Amino acid sequence: MLELKHLAFSVEEGAGQKDILRDVSLTVPDGAFWVITGPNGGGKTSLARAIMGLNKPTGGKILWNGEDITDLSITERAKRGISYGFQQPPRFKGLRVRDLLGLAAGNPFLSRTEGCQLLTQVGLCAADYIDREVDASLSGGEVKRIEIASILARKSPLMIFDEPEAGIDLWSFAKLTETFRYIHDKREATIVIISHQERIIGLADEIVLVADGLVSEQGPREEIFPKILANTQPGCAFVGEEGQA
Amino acid sequence: MNHTDAELLKQIADMDGVPEGAYNIRKDGGLDSRRSTDTIEISSKEDKPGIDIRIKAGTKGQDVHIPVLLTQSGLQDLVYNDFFIGEDCDVDIIAGCGIHNDGCDTSQHDGVHTFYVGRGSKVRYTEKHYGEGEGTGARIMNPHTIVYLEEGASIQLETVQIRGVDHTKRYTKVEVGAGAEAVVTERLLTHGEQFAESKMDVILKGEGARTQVISRSVAQDKSVQVFYPQVEGDAPCFGHVQCDSIIMGQAKVSSIPAIVANHMDAQLIHEAAIGKIAGDQILKLMTLGLTEEEAEQKILDGFLR
Repeated sequence: MLELKHLAFSVEEGAGQKDILRDVSLTVPDGAFWVITGPNGGGKTSLARAIMGLNKPTGGKILWNGEDITDLSITERAKRGISYGFQQPPRFKGLRVRDLLGLAAGNPFLSRTEGCQLLTQVGLCAADYIDREVDASLSGGEVKRIEIASILARKSPLMIFDEPEAGIDLWSFAKLTETFRYIHDKREATIVIISHQERIIGLADEIVLVADGLVSEQGPREEIFPKILANTQPGCAFVGEEGQA
Repeated sequence: MNHTDAELLKQIADMDGVPEGAYNIRKDGGLDSRRSTDTIEISSKEDKPGIDIRIKAGTKGQDVHIPVLLTQSGLQDLVYNDFFIGEDCDVDIIAGCGIHNDGCDTSQHDGVHTFYVGRGSKVRYTEKHYGEGEGTGARIMNPHTIVYLEEGASIQLETVQIRGVDHTKRYTKVEVGAGAEAVVTERLLTHGEQFAESKMDVILKGEGARTQVISRSVAQDKSVQVFYPQVEGDAPCFGHVQCDSIIMGQAKVSSIPAIVANHMDAQLIHEAAIGKIAGDQILKLMTLGLTEEEAEQKILDGFLR
Protein backbone atom coordinates (compact mmCIF):
# COMPACT_ATOMS: atom_id res chain seq x y z
CA MET A 1 0.00 0.00 0.00
CA LEU A 2 1.23 3.45 -0.92
CA GLU A 3 0.37 6.34 1.37
CA LEU A 4 1.08 10.01 0.74
CA LYS A 5 0.53 12.23 3.77
CA HIS A 6 0.33 15.99 3.29
CA LEU A 7 3.00 15.89 0.62
CA ALA A 8 4.41 19.28 -0.35
CA PHE A 9 7.06 20.25 -2.86
CA SER A 10 8.37 23.74 -3.61
CA VAL A 11 11.16 25.08 -5.77
CA GLU A 12 13.15 28.27 -5.53
CA GLU A 13 12.04 30.75 -8.14
CA GLY A 14 13.77 34.10 -8.29
CA ALA A 15 13.68 35.63 -4.84
CA GLY A 16 10.68 33.60 -3.69
CA GLN A 17 9.48 30.05 -3.97
CA LYS A 18 6.97 28.30 -6.15
CA ASP A 19 4.70 25.70 -4.61
CA ILE A 20 4.36 22.78 -7.00
CA LEU A 21 2.59 20.43 -4.59
CA ARG A 22 0.71 22.09 -1.74
CA ASP A 23 -0.84 19.35 0.31
CA VAL A 24 -1.45 15.98 -1.30
CA SER A 25 -2.74 13.01 0.71
CA LEU A 26 -3.61 9.75 -1.04
CA THR A 27 -3.82 6.07 -0.10
CA VAL A 28 -3.41 3.63 -2.99
CA PRO A 29 -4.39 0.06 -2.03
CA ASP A 30 -2.44 -2.94 -3.31
CA GLY A 31 -3.40 -4.15 -6.76
CA ALA A 32 -5.27 -0.95 -7.61
CA PHE A 33 -5.18 0.82 -10.97
CA TRP A 34 -5.20 4.57 -10.47
CA VAL A 35 -4.98 7.29 -13.05
CA ILE A 36 -3.79 10.74 -12.09
CA THR A 37 -4.97 13.35 -14.51
CA GLY A 38 -5.38 17.11 -14.61
CA PRO A 39 -4.16 20.22 -16.40
CA ASN A 40 -0.56 20.73 -17.49
CA GLY A 41 1.61 22.25 -14.79
CA GLY A 42 -0.76 21.02 -12.07
CA GLY A 43 1.92 18.96 -10.26
CA LYS A 44 1.28 15.41 -11.56
CA THR A 45 4.82 14.64 -12.68
CA SER A 46 6.29 16.22 -9.54
CA LEU A 47 4.05 13.96 -7.49
CA ALA A 48 5.16 10.82 -9.35
CA ARG A 49 8.83 11.83 -9.17
CA ALA A 50 8.50 12.46 -5.44
CA ILE A 51 7.23 8.89 -4.93
CA MET A 52 10.27 7.53 -6.84
CA GLY A 53 12.63 9.84 -4.93
CA LEU A 54 13.60 11.94 -7.94
CA ASN A 55 12.18 15.01 -6.18
CA LYS A 56 12.77 15.63 -2.53
CA PRO A 57 9.51 16.72 -0.87
CA THR A 58 9.63 19.90 1.18
CA GLY A 59 6.89 18.61 3.47
CA GLY A 60 4.85 15.53 4.33
CA LYS A 61 5.57 11.83 4.24
CA ILE A 62 5.57 8.91 1.81
CA LEU A 63 4.86 5.45 3.20
CA TRP A 64 5.27 2.24 1.24
CA ASN A 65 3.89 -0.91 2.85
CA GLY A 66 3.88 0.96 6.14
CA GLU A 67 7.54 2.00 5.95
CA ASP A 68 8.41 5.70 5.85
CA ILE A 69 10.47 6.03 2.66
CA THR A 70 10.49 9.84 2.52
CA ASP A 71 14.23 10.01 3.15
CA LEU A 72 15.27 6.91 1.24
CA SER A 73 17.39 7.22 -1.90
CA ILE A 74 16.11 6.41 -5.39
CA THR A 75 18.12 3.17 -5.37
CA GLU A 76 16.66 2.04 -2.03
CA ARG A 77 13.11 2.76 -3.18
CA ALA A 78 13.79 0.84 -6.41
CA LYS A 79 15.02 -2.10 -4.35
CA ARG A 80 11.81 -1.99 -2.32
CA GLY A 81 9.79 -2.47 -5.48
CA ILE A 82 8.91 1.01 -6.71
CA SER A 83 9.41 1.73 -10.38
CA TYR A 84 8.85 4.82 -12.50
CA GLY A 85 8.63 5.19 -16.26
CA PHE A 86 10.02 8.59 -17.24
CA GLN A 87 7.91 11.04 -19.17
CA GLN A 88 10.94 11.86 -21.30
CA PRO A 89 13.29 8.89 -21.01
CA PRO A 90 17.01 9.57 -21.43
CA ARG A 91 18.98 8.03 -24.28
CA PHE A 92 22.26 6.21 -23.88
CA LYS A 93 25.02 5.99 -26.45
CA GLY A 94 26.30 2.45 -26.55
CA LEU A 95 23.74 0.86 -24.23
CA ARG A 96 21.62 -1.63 -26.16
CA VAL A 97 17.93 -2.30 -25.60
CA ARG A 98 18.77 -5.78 -24.27
CA ASP A 99 21.32 -4.26 -21.85
CA LEU A 100 18.73 -1.83 -20.48
CA LEU A 101 16.09 -4.56 -20.12
CA GLY A 102 18.69 -6.81 -18.44
CA LEU A 103 19.52 -4.07 -15.92
CA ALA A 104 15.83 -3.48 -15.31
CA ALA A 105 15.14 -7.17 -14.78
CA GLY A 106 18.16 -7.38 -12.48
CA ASN A 107 19.46 -10.11 -14.75
CA PRO A 108 22.45 -9.26 -16.96
CA PHE A 109 21.93 -12.57 -18.75
CA LEU A 110 18.33 -11.84 -19.69
CA SER A 111 17.64 -14.16 -22.59
CA ARG A 112 16.83 -12.91 -26.04
CA THR A 113 13.41 -14.56 -25.78
CA GLU A 114 12.59 -12.82 -22.48
CA GLY A 115 13.71 -9.46 -23.90
CA CYS A 116 11.65 -9.98 -27.01
CA GLN A 117 8.55 -10.87 -25.00
CA LEU A 118 8.83 -7.57 -23.12
CA LEU A 119 9.14 -5.58 -26.33
CA THR A 120 6.16 -7.35 -27.84
CA GLN A 121 4.06 -6.28 -24.83
CA VAL A 122 4.68 -2.63 -25.74
CA GLY A 123 3.96 -3.15 -29.42
CA LEU A 124 7.53 -3.23 -30.72
CA CYS A 125 8.64 -5.81 -33.23
CA ALA A 126 11.26 -7.35 -30.96
CA ALA A 127 13.75 -8.67 -33.50
CA ASP A 128 14.21 -5.19 -34.93
CA TYR A 129 15.00 -3.58 -31.60
CA ILE A 130 16.62 -5.96 -29.14
CA ASP A 131 20.19 -5.30 -30.32
CA ARG A 132 19.77 -1.62 -31.13
CA GLU A 133 21.32 1.08 -29.00
CA VAL A 134 18.99 3.24 -26.92
CA ASP A 135 20.41 6.34 -28.60
CA ALA A 136 19.27 9.23 -30.76
CA SER A 137 18.65 6.88 -33.69
CA LEU A 138 15.37 5.83 -32.03
CA SER A 139 12.26 7.96 -32.39
CA GLY A 140 10.53 9.49 -29.37
CA GLY A 141 7.76 6.89 -29.50
CA GLU A 142 10.26 4.03 -29.74
CA VAL A 143 12.29 5.24 -26.74
CA LYS A 144 9.06 5.69 -24.80
CA ARG A 145 7.96 2.12 -25.47
CA ILE A 146 11.38 0.74 -24.52
CA GLU A 147 11.07 2.77 -21.31
CA ILE A 148 7.74 1.12 -20.56
CA ALA A 149 9.21 -2.31 -21.37
CA SER A 150 11.98 -1.58 -18.83
CA ILE A 151 9.32 -1.03 -16.15
CA LEU A 152 7.51 -4.24 -17.11
CA ALA A 153 10.86 -6.06 -16.91
CA ARG A 154 11.22 -5.06 -13.28
CA LYS A 155 8.04 -6.89 -12.26
CA SER A 156 7.86 -4.53 -9.32
CA PRO A 157 4.83 -4.31 -7.03
CA LEU A 158 4.37 -0.58 -7.72
CA MET A 159 4.56 0.68 -11.29
CA ILE A 160 4.24 4.38 -11.99
CA PHE A 161 4.00 5.50 -15.61
CA ASP A 162 4.25 9.15 -16.60
CA GLU A 163 2.17 9.81 -19.71
CA PRO A 164 2.93 6.46 -21.32
CA GLU A 165 0.82 7.40 -24.33
CA ALA A 166 3.01 10.36 -25.33
CA GLY A 167 4.43 9.97 -28.82
CA ILE A 168 3.04 6.48 -29.33
CA ASP A 169 1.10 5.62 -32.46
CA LEU A 170 -2.46 4.40 -32.34
CA TRP A 171 -1.64 0.76 -33.16
CA SER A 172 1.06 0.38 -30.50
CA PHE A 173 -1.14 2.22 -28.07
CA ALA A 174 -3.85 -0.41 -28.38
CA LYS A 175 -1.28 -3.09 -27.50
CA LEU A 176 -0.10 -1.03 -24.56
CA THR A 177 -3.56 -0.57 -23.04
CA GLU A 178 -4.08 -4.30 -23.44
CA THR A 179 -0.87 -4.90 -21.47
CA PHE A 180 -1.95 -2.54 -18.67
CA ARG A 181 -5.32 -4.25 -18.53
CA TYR A 182 -3.67 -7.68 -18.39
CA ILE A 183 -1.38 -6.70 -15.48
CA HIS A 184 -4.33 -5.24 -13.65
CA ASP A 185 -6.57 -8.24 -14.28
CA LYS A 186 -3.95 -10.50 -12.75
CA ARG A 187 -3.53 -8.05 -9.86
CA GLU A 188 0.23 -8.45 -10.28
CA ALA A 189 1.04 -4.90 -9.31
CA THR A 190 -0.32 -1.59 -8.15
CA ILE A 191 -0.44 0.67 -11.19
CA VAL A 192 -0.42 4.46 -11.05
CA ILE A 193 -0.54 6.16 -14.43
CA ILE A 194 -0.37 9.84 -15.19
CA SER A 195 -2.42 10.24 -18.30
CA HIS A 196 -4.73 12.45 -20.32
CA GLN A 197 -5.82 9.62 -22.56
CA GLU A 198 -9.46 8.55 -22.39
CA ARG A 199 -8.65 4.91 -23.07
CA ILE A 200 -6.20 4.77 -20.19
CA ILE A 201 -8.51 6.72 -17.89
CA GLY A 202 -11.18 4.21 -18.91
CA LEU A 203 -9.11 1.38 -17.40
CA ALA A 204 -8.81 3.00 -13.97
CA ASP A 205 -10.53 1.88 -10.77
CA GLU A 206 -9.99 5.30 -9.32
CA ILE A 207 -9.31 8.70 -10.85
CA VAL A 208 -7.41 11.47 -9.11
CA LEU A 209 -7.60 14.95 -10.54
CA VAL A 210 -4.57 17.03 -9.59
CA ALA A 211 -4.64 20.76 -10.26
CA ASP A 212 -2.65 23.62 -8.81
CA GLY A 213 -0.70 21.31 -6.50
CA LEU A 214 -3.81 19.86 -4.85
CA VAL A 215 -6.13 16.89 -5.29
CA SER A 216 -9.22 18.65 -6.65
CA GLU A 217 -11.31 15.55 -7.28
CA GLN A 218 -10.94 11.90 -6.40
CA GLY A 219 -13.19 8.91 -6.74
CA PRO A 220 -14.20 5.82 -8.71
CA ARG A 221 -13.95 6.10 -12.48
CA GLU A 222 -17.71 5.90 -12.99
CA GLU A 223 -18.16 8.96 -10.82
CA ILE A 224 -15.23 11.17 -11.83
CA PHE A 225 -14.88 10.42 -15.54
CA PRO A 226 -18.26 11.99 -16.54
CA LYS A 227 -17.37 15.11 -14.52
CA ILE A 228 -14.05 15.50 -16.32
CA LEU A 229 -15.74 15.12 -19.69
CA ALA A 230 -18.41 17.65 -18.76
CA ASN A 231 -15.82 20.21 -17.68
CA THR A 232 -13.77 19.87 -20.85
CA GLN A 233 -14.14 23.00 -22.94
CA PRO A 234 -13.86 22.06 -26.59
CA GLY A 235 -11.38 24.41 -28.23
CA CYS A 236 -10.67 27.94 -27.05
CA ALA A 237 -13.59 29.91 -25.69
CA PHE A 238 -12.26 33.14 -27.15
CA VAL A 239 -12.03 31.72 -30.67
CA GLY A 240 -15.50 30.24 -30.19
CA GLU A 241 -17.03 33.62 -29.38
CA GLU A 242 -15.23 35.28 -32.27
CA GLY A 243 -16.47 32.56 -34.58
CA GLN A 244 -20.05 33.15 -33.55
CA ALA A 245 -19.81 36.93 -33.85
CA MET B 1 54.92 -18.49 -20.12
CA ASN B 2 54.14 -17.45 -16.55
CA HIS B 3 50.90 -16.32 -14.93
CA THR B 4 51.53 -12.59 -15.56
CA ASP B 5 52.10 -13.27 -19.25
CA ALA B 6 48.95 -15.34 -19.50
CA GLU B 7 46.90 -12.60 -17.81
CA LEU B 8 48.29 -9.92 -20.12
CA LEU B 9 47.55 -12.05 -23.17
CA LYS B 10 44.00 -12.52 -22.03
CA GLN B 11 43.55 -8.76 -21.61
CA ILE B 12 45.04 -7.65 -24.90
CA ALA B 13 44.29 -10.50 -27.27
CA ASP B 14 41.49 -12.53 -25.64
CA MET B 15 43.99 -15.36 -25.77
CA ASP B 16 43.59 -18.32 -23.48
CA GLY B 17 46.83 -20.19 -23.98
CA VAL B 18 48.33 -20.59 -27.41
CA PRO B 19 45.92 -19.56 -30.17
CA GLU B 20 44.99 -21.62 -33.17
CA GLY B 21 46.42 -20.55 -36.50
CA ALA B 22 49.32 -18.21 -37.09
CA TYR B 23 50.77 -16.23 -34.21
CA ASN B 24 53.83 -14.39 -33.01
CA ILE B 25 54.34 -13.52 -29.34
CA ARG B 26 56.99 -10.90 -28.68
CA LYS B 27 58.16 -10.58 -25.09
CA ASP B 28 60.58 -8.08 -23.59
CA GLY B 29 62.09 -7.07 -26.89
CA GLY B 30 62.55 -10.51 -28.41
CA LEU B 31 60.70 -13.45 -29.91
CA ASP B 32 58.85 -15.65 -27.42
CA SER B 33 57.11 -18.03 -29.80
CA ARG B 34 55.76 -18.16 -33.35
CA ARG B 35 53.78 -20.29 -35.73
CA SER B 36 53.32 -19.86 -39.48
CA THR B 37 50.70 -21.71 -41.48
CA ASP B 38 50.43 -22.76 -45.12
CA THR B 39 48.82 -19.47 -46.03
CA ILE B 40 50.24 -17.07 -43.43
CA GLU B 41 53.98 -16.76 -43.16
CA ILE B 42 55.61 -14.85 -40.33
CA SER B 43 59.32 -14.04 -40.53
CA SER B 44 61.72 -11.80 -38.60
CA LYS B 45 62.96 -8.67 -40.26
CA GLU B 46 66.68 -8.63 -40.95
CA ASP B 47 67.37 -4.89 -41.05
CA LYS B 48 65.40 -3.82 -37.97
CA PRO B 49 63.36 -5.25 -35.10
CA GLY B 50 59.98 -6.62 -36.10
CA ILE B 51 58.26 -9.08 -38.36
CA ASP B 52 56.84 -9.44 -41.84
CA ILE B 53 53.48 -11.17 -42.10
CA ARG B 54 52.65 -12.39 -45.57
CA ILE B 55 49.13 -13.58 -46.22
CA LYS B 56 48.58 -15.48 -49.46
CA ALA B 57 45.93 -14.32 -51.92
CA GLY B 58 42.57 -15.95 -51.34
CA THR B 59 43.17 -16.73 -47.63
CA LYS B 60 39.81 -16.65 -45.89
CA GLY B 61 38.46 -17.13 -42.39
CA GLN B 62 41.85 -17.17 -40.65
CA ASP B 63 43.22 -15.31 -37.63
CA VAL B 64 46.68 -13.93 -36.91
CA HIS B 65 47.60 -13.06 -33.31
CA ILE B 66 50.65 -10.86 -32.76
CA PRO B 67 50.68 -9.73 -29.12
CA VAL B 68 53.56 -7.92 -27.44
CA LEU B 69 54.37 -8.24 -23.74
CA LEU B 70 56.61 -6.01 -21.69
CA THR B 71 57.28 -7.29 -18.21
CA GLN B 72 60.78 -5.94 -17.50
CA SER B 73 60.72 -2.51 -15.93
CA GLY B 74 62.75 0.02 -17.89
CA LEU B 75 62.57 -1.72 -21.24
CA GLN B 76 62.23 0.49 -24.32
CA ASP B 77 60.92 -1.56 -27.22
CA LEU B 78 60.57 -0.36 -30.81
CA VAL B 79 59.13 -2.74 -33.37
CA TYR B 80 58.13 -2.64 -37.03
CA ASN B 81 55.47 -5.08 -38.19
CA ASP B 82 54.56 -5.15 -41.87
CA PHE B 83 51.53 -6.98 -43.20
CA PHE B 84 51.39 -7.94 -46.86
CA ILE B 85 47.86 -9.12 -47.54
CA GLY B 86 47.24 -10.60 -50.97
CA GLU B 87 44.13 -10.13 -53.09
CA ASP B 88 40.71 -11.45 -52.14
CA CYS B 89 41.51 -12.37 -48.53
CA ASP B 90 39.23 -12.24 -45.49
CA VAL B 91 41.25 -12.26 -42.27
CA ASP B 92 41.24 -11.17 -38.63
CA ILE B 93 44.43 -9.72 -37.17
CA ILE B 94 44.61 -9.35 -33.43
CA ALA B 95 47.47 -7.26 -32.07
CA GLY B 96 47.96 -5.65 -28.71
CA CYS B 97 50.48 -4.64 -26.18
CA GLY B 98 50.40 -5.37 -22.49
CA ILE B 99 52.85 -3.76 -20.12
CA HIS B 100 53.29 -5.13 -16.63
CA ASN B 101 55.59 -2.73 -14.85
CA ASP B 102 56.37 -3.48 -11.23
CA GLY B 103 59.54 -1.42 -11.24
CA CYS B 104 60.28 2.27 -11.09
CA ASP B 105 61.72 2.75 -14.57
CA THR B 106 59.73 3.71 -17.61
CA SER B 107 58.57 0.86 -19.85
CA GLN B 108 57.88 1.88 -23.40
CA HIS B 109 56.57 0.12 -26.48
CA ASP B 110 56.45 1.87 -29.84
CA GLY B 111 54.87 -0.31 -32.49
CA VAL B 112 54.79 0.68 -36.13
CA HIS B 113 52.28 -1.44 -38.04
CA THR B 114 51.99 -1.11 -41.78
CA PHE B 115 49.30 -2.88 -43.79
CA TYR B 116 49.32 -3.36 -47.53
CA VAL B 117 45.83 -4.67 -48.27
CA GLY B 118 45.38 -6.21 -51.73
CA ARG B 119 42.44 -5.70 -54.08
CA GLY B 120 39.10 -6.82 -52.73
CA SER B 121 40.51 -8.08 -49.42
CA LYS B 122 38.71 -7.68 -46.09
CA VAL B 123 40.73 -7.17 -42.93
CA ARG B 124 39.57 -6.75 -39.36
CA TYR B 125 42.36 -5.41 -37.21
CA THR B 126 42.02 -5.13 -33.44
CA GLU B 127 44.67 -3.56 -31.26
CA LYS B 128 44.31 -3.42 -27.49
CA HIS B 129 46.63 -1.60 -25.16
CA TYR B 130 46.74 -2.39 -21.51
CA GLY B 131 49.02 -1.52 -18.65
CA GLU B 132 49.25 -2.90 -15.11
CA GLY B 133 51.73 -3.36 -12.30
CA GLU B 134 52.43 -1.91 -8.89
CA GLY B 135 55.61 -0.01 -9.76
CA THR B 136 56.00 3.74 -10.09
CA GLY B 137 57.62 3.39 -13.52
CA ALA B 138 55.58 4.95 -16.32
CA ARG B 139 53.92 2.82 -19.00
CA ILE B 140 54.24 4.42 -22.39
CA MET B 141 52.87 3.26 -25.75
CA ASN B 142 53.16 5.13 -29.03
CA PRO B 143 51.54 3.06 -31.75
CA HIS B 144 51.70 4.02 -35.40
CA THR B 145 49.30 2.32 -37.77
CA ILE B 146 49.66 2.88 -41.50
CA VAL B 147 47.22 1.29 -43.94
CA TYR B 148 47.19 1.21 -47.74
CA LEU B 149 43.91 -0.08 -49.17
CA GLU B 150 43.92 -1.12 -52.81
CA GLU B 151 40.83 -0.99 -54.98
CA GLY B 152 37.77 -2.53 -53.37
CA ALA B 153 39.64 -3.52 -50.20
CA SER B 154 38.32 -2.82 -46.72
CA ILE B 155 39.63 -2.60 -43.19
CA GLN B 156 37.86 -2.41 -39.85
CA LEU B 157 40.48 -0.93 -37.62
CA GLU B 158 39.64 -1.04 -33.95
CA THR B 159 41.93 0.30 -31.28
CA VAL B 160 41.20 0.09 -27.59
CA GLN B 161 43.11 1.55 -24.69
CA ILE B 162 41.27 1.26 -21.40
CA ARG B 163 43.22 2.33 -18.32
CA GLY B 164 46.79 1.68 -17.34
CA VAL B 165 48.74 3.50 -20.04
CA ASP B 166 50.34 6.65 -18.68
CA HIS B 167 51.38 8.34 -21.85
CA THR B 168 50.38 7.66 -25.41
CA LYS B 169 50.82 9.38 -28.73
CA ARG B 170 48.98 7.48 -31.36
CA TYR B 171 49.16 8.06 -35.09
CA THR B 172 46.94 6.40 -37.66
CA LYS B 173 47.10 6.93 -41.39
CA VAL B 174 44.87 5.21 -43.94
CA GLU B 175 45.07 5.69 -47.71
CA VAL B 176 41.83 4.50 -49.23
CA GLY B 177 41.80 3.46 -52.89
CA ALA B 178 38.89 3.44 -55.33
CA GLY B 179 35.82 1.66 -54.00
CA ALA B 180 37.67 0.78 -50.80
CA GLU B 181 36.39 1.37 -47.27
CA ALA B 182 38.03 2.10 -43.93
CA VAL B 183 36.06 1.96 -40.68
CA VAL B 184 38.27 3.28 -37.90
CA THR B 185 37.02 2.90 -34.33
CA GLU B 186 38.97 4.21 -31.38
CA ARG B 187 38.05 3.72 -27.74
CA LEU B 188 40.04 5.27 -24.99
CA LEU B 189 39.80 5.71 -21.24
CA THR B 190 42.37 7.70 -19.31
CA HIS B 191 42.49 8.31 -15.58
CA GLY B 192 44.84 9.66 -12.94
CA GLU B 193 47.31 12.00 -14.61
CA GLN B 194 47.52 10.12 -17.88
CA PHE B 195 47.99 11.78 -21.23
CA ALA B 196 46.71 10.53 -24.57
CA GLU B 197 46.98 12.09 -27.99
CA SER B 198 45.51 10.57 -31.11
CA LYS B 199 46.16 11.91 -34.56
CA MET B 200 44.52 10.39 -37.60
CA ASP B 201 44.80 11.04 -41.30
CA VAL B 202 42.40 9.22 -43.56
CA ILE B 203 42.97 10.08 -47.20
CA LEU B 204 40.21 9.11 -49.60
CA LYS B 205 42.22 8.85 -52.80
CA GLY B 206 40.08 6.94 -55.28
CA GLU B 207 36.57 7.29 -56.65
CA GLY B 208 33.98 5.74 -54.36
CA ALA B 209 36.34 5.57 -51.38
CA ARG B 210 34.53 5.66 -48.04
CA THR B 211 35.48 6.06 -44.44
CA GLN B 212 33.84 6.24 -41.09
CA VAL B 213 35.93 7.38 -38.13
CA ILE B 214 34.37 6.82 -34.72
CA SER B 215 36.23 7.99 -31.64
CA ARG B 216 34.78 7.48 -28.17
CA SER B 217 36.68 8.45 -25.09
CA VAL B 218 36.31 8.91 -21.37
CA ALA B 219 38.67 11.24 -19.54
CA GLN B 220 38.63 10.81 -15.76
CA ASP B 221 40.45 12.46 -12.84
CA LYS B 222 43.18 14.83 -14.06
CA SER B 223 43.91 13.09 -17.33
CA VAL B 224 44.33 14.94 -20.62
CA GLN B 225 43.21 13.83 -24.08
CA VAL B 226 43.80 15.47 -27.44
CA PHE B 227 42.26 14.27 -30.72
CA TYR B 228 43.14 15.35 -34.24
CA PRO B 229 41.11 13.20 -36.63
CA GLN B 230 41.38 14.43 -40.20
CA VAL B 231 39.69 13.11 -43.33
CA GLU B 232 40.81 14.30 -46.74
CA GLY B 233 38.82 13.67 -49.91
CA ASP B 234 40.75 13.74 -53.17
CA ALA B 235 38.04 12.12 -55.34
CA PRO B 236 34.28 11.56 -55.34
CA CYS B 237 34.10 9.94 -51.94
CA PHE B 238 32.30 9.87 -48.60
CA GLY B 239 33.79 10.46 -45.16
CA HIS B 240 32.24 10.79 -41.71
CA VAL B 241 34.12 11.63 -38.51
CA GLN B 242 32.39 11.29 -35.17
CA CYS B 243 34.22 12.20 -31.97
CA ASP B 244 32.45 11.76 -28.65
CA SER B 245 34.02 12.30 -25.27
CA ILE B 246 32.77 12.04 -21.73
CA ILE B 247 34.65 14.33 -19.39
CA MET B 248 34.83 13.73 -15.64
CA GLY B 249 36.62 15.10 -12.59
CA GLN B 250 39.24 17.67 -13.53
CA ALA B 251 40.10 16.12 -16.87
CA LYS B 252 40.72 18.08 -20.06
CA VAL B 253 39.71 17.03 -23.54
CA SER B 254 40.47 18.73 -26.85
CA SER B 255 38.76 17.44 -29.95
CA ILE B 256 39.95 19.01 -33.17
CA PRO B 257 38.47 17.19 -36.14
CA ALA B 258 39.22 18.43 -39.64
CA ILE B 259 37.78 17.64 -43.04
CA VAL B 260 39.60 18.62 -46.20
CA ALA B 261 37.95 18.41 -49.63
CA ASN B 262 40.18 18.48 -52.69
CA HIS B 263 37.43 17.40 -55.06
CA MET B 264 34.03 18.87 -55.80
CA ASP B 265 32.29 15.52 -55.17
CA ALA B 266 33.96 14.78 -51.87
CA GLN B 267 31.20 14.52 -49.23
CA LEU B 268 32.69 14.95 -45.81
CA ILE B 269 31.01 15.36 -42.43
CA HIS B 270 32.40 15.80 -38.97
CA GLU B 271 30.69 15.77 -35.62
CA ALA B 272 32.36 16.31 -32.28
CA ALA B 273 30.89 16.42 -28.81
CA ILE B 274 32.33 16.64 -25.31
CA GLY B 275 30.16 16.52 -22.22
CA LYS B 276 29.71 15.04 -18.81
CA ILE B 277 27.42 12.08 -18.14
CA ALA B 278 23.85 13.33 -18.36
CA GLY B 279 22.21 13.50 -14.92
CA ASP B 280 18.98 11.87 -16.12
CA GLN B 281 20.93 8.86 -17.41
CA ILE B 282 22.25 8.21 -13.91
CA LEU B 283 18.81 8.82 -12.36
CA LYS B 284 17.14 6.43 -14.81
CA LEU B 285 19.55 3.61 -13.93
CA MET B 286 19.13 4.37 -10.23
CA THR B 287 15.37 3.89 -10.62
CA LEU B 288 16.25 0.37 -11.83
CA GLY B 289 17.98 -0.30 -8.51
CA LEU B 290 21.59 0.60 -9.32
CA THR B 291 23.63 2.82 -7.01
CA GLU B 292 24.98 6.07 -8.41
CA GLU B 293 28.44 4.51 -8.84
CA GLU B 294 27.06 1.40 -10.53
CA ALA B 295 24.95 3.55 -12.84
CA GLU B 296 27.97 5.64 -13.84
CA GLN B 297 30.00 2.51 -14.56
CA LYS B 298 27.25 1.00 -16.72
CA ILE B 299 27.00 4.21 -18.71
CA LEU B 300 30.77 4.27 -19.29
CA ASP B 301 30.87 0.55 -20.15
CA GLY B 302 28.14 1.02 -22.73
CA PHE B 303 29.76 4.15 -24.17
CA LEU B 304 33.10 2.39 -24.63
CA ARG B 305 31.69 -0.95 -25.69
